[in-house]
Amino acid sequence: MSDVDVTGLSSEPGLKRADRVRLLAQPLAVLVVVGAVLVWAFARETDEIEAESIQAGVLLTKTWEHLLITVVVTAIVVGVAVPLGAMLTRRWAKPVAPVFLGIANIGQAAPALGVLVLFFLWTGWEGLWAAALPIAFYSLLPVLRNTIVGIQSVDPSLVDAARGIGMSPRSVLLRVEMPLALPMVLAGIRTSLVLAVGTATLAFFVNGGGLGELVDTGYKLNRPAVLVVGAVLAVGLALVVDWLGALAEQLLGPKGLG
Amino acid sequence: MTSDSTDSAVSGVEIQLEGVTKRYPGSAEPAVKDVTMTIPAGQIVVLVGPSGCGKTTTMRMINRLIEPTSGRITIGGEDALELDDVRLRRKIGYAIQQAGLFPHFTVAQNIAVVPGLLGWDKKRIAERVDELMDLVGLDASQFRDRYPRQLSGGQQQRVGVARALAADPPVLLMDEPFGAVDPITRGNLQDELLRLQADLGKTIVFVTHDFDEAVKLGDRIAVLGEASTIQQYDTPEAILANPANDMVAGFVGAGASLKQLTLLRVRDVDYPDLALTADVGESPSELRARLARAGDTYALLVDRRRRPQRWVHVRNLSAATSLANIGRPVGDTVSTQSTLQDALEAILAEGGRAVVTGTRGEYVGMIDIETVTGVLAQLREEHESAGDAGDAGDGVDGDGTDAADGDGHGGDAGRAGVARGDAARDGAGRADGGVDGDAGAAADSGAGTS
Repeated sequence: MSDVDVTGLSSEPGLKRADRVRLLAQPLAVLVVVGAVLVWAFARETDEIEAESIQAGVLLTKTWEHLLITVVVTAIVVGVAVPLGAMLTRRWAKPVAPVFLGIANIGQAAPALGVLVLFFLWTGWEGLWAAALPIAFYSLLPVLRNTIVGIQSVDPSLVDAARGIGMSPRSVLLRVEMPLALPMVLAGIRTSLVLAVGTATLAFFVNGGGLGELVDTGYKLNRPAVLVVGAVLAVGLALVVDWLGALAEQLLGPKGLG
Repeated sequence: MTSDSTDSAVSGVEIQLEGVTKRYPGSAEPAVKDVTMTIPAGQIVVLVGPSGCGKTTTMRMINRLIEPTSGRITIGGEDALELDDVRLRRKIGYAIQQAGLFPHFTVAQNIAVVPGLLGWDKKRIAERVDELMDLVGLDASQFRDRYPRQLSGGQQQRVGVARALAADPPVLLMDEPFGAVDPITRGNLQDELLRLQADLGKTIVFVTHDFDEAVKLGDRIAVLGEASTIQQYDTPEAILANPANDMVAGFVGAGASLKQLTLLRVRDVDYPDLALTADVGESPSELRARLARAGDTYALLVDRRRRPQRWVHVRNLSAATSLANIGRPVGDTVSTQSTLQDALEAILAEGGRAVVTGTRGEYVGMIDIETVTGVLAQLREEHESAGDAGDAGDGVDGDGTDAADGDGHGGDAGRAGVARGDAARDGAGRADGGVDGDAGAAADSGAGTS
């Protein structure tokens, strides 16, 4: 038995060099690119229409709206998909699992804009919820699928051991299955988040606000600077959110693995 | 050695299976068919059989990881099927292949699971964890906070056993717990289990497909056939001596007689005092005269404490002036503690017969190949008649064969004693001297409970 193996730290399991570099480089790159674009946008001569969009207050509001949609979407997705996924792995739910997976699949396969518009036509709602609900439906699948697969890929002998020593079904799920499935669930949430940030640029179609509005304004009024600022901010936000997801995967994953 | 010298506490309880059947929907044949057996308190009963015979299913019905379709299971007189299944399992230790440790829990957390579920307070749990780690031979301060993947397979398995014992359950179910470790580690773990069992006296149901493991560990072995039907349920000696049918014989495999020799000790057999012994101080002419009177050609020279030294042939004596430096040194000797397998080895090495020495190394007799074959023949005969008297296929006829068995070994070493003696030999062979004494105690307690 090698001592090297035994004393290997478990606090940063599998944090490979490439990952480490990426964890550092990604936010820096975002900072640099977004900073540069903003400096350029504010420094240049703006006409009246551009000035209406390119000002700190507006940019902050739009970014905030965008974030809000993302957060709400994520909350809905995690709140629905994780429990639903966990439920679908229970023995009694086995027959219906494909049904739910199928529905989530349809949600993702349909174009996001289509889902958004159909939901609007159906409900007639506008604003945050009109955007958040269809986007959540659209980004449900990664979390649902990863939760199911994550739980299913827990070594069955561990579940057997947990049951065998007298854990209640609830304990088995919460203390053994979920913690061990957590890396996959987190990976799913990260994917969903990135999807949500991207899709949230469409929220302006239903008056949901967000950075999509800048893109739309810049395009319709032929002001490329506004378009570029909106687009770069959206991309930057997506990358930051992805980075936060990666960080969460590193920090929240169960200890002792890998 | 008497059977009541150290009557260690039996904390196990009896388990009874009555007509237990498991039928899975959609399959015509039941996976387990009408199993009836009694697992005596404080004994290790090994369920052994080919893959897929339903032995694991049978075991898992005891703690209701699998619900029986029909039949009755009582544990310590309580109907297991009436109890809440989760609560039932907290009172039954459970150890499985590859330990099944939770990888995201530390060693201490793994061991602490069941006491935690039972609501023990933190201090009591911490004390119990340290106690158990000590019991299974792991240094608590060193290993407590490690994660399972930082342990070797053998260490993981020890933690698995500690976890199973955590809440001091009367019953332990073990499903091929040592199946995934290397043979040497497996042997050590088996010795440890026997040592633990000597102190704890749990009722242990042990599933394996390895018949040698069954012989080594089992107070009783149930050889299971298709659908878990009991082919034979008896002591290892009885099964080795007299397999109930072809299936059992096939499973026992080649070398049944050799395996049997590992279960018997030299002290259990009648070895004759054949050799003519002479003190080194005796004069050669005197010895020659004695040899002539006895019609013998060889004499065994012993020292002052009667320890065997050399063999002298009558031819060597005529020219010799003293017995001090003639003759051929005695090679392998066997002690009364040795197994008959060791004795056989010595007999073969020595060319037909070997010197038997007592506890202080003194000469007590000779053992030869006829003695060994005679014992085997006698055992076979006894078990044949015992097998006819009881019903070998029934599986609940333990008492009759057990008694016959005890008599067969001369009474002083009960059946369990012989089996544990085997463990003691193996333990000693692995330079673990401590095991020897403990296993001796196990032998005593085992005999005391039978």
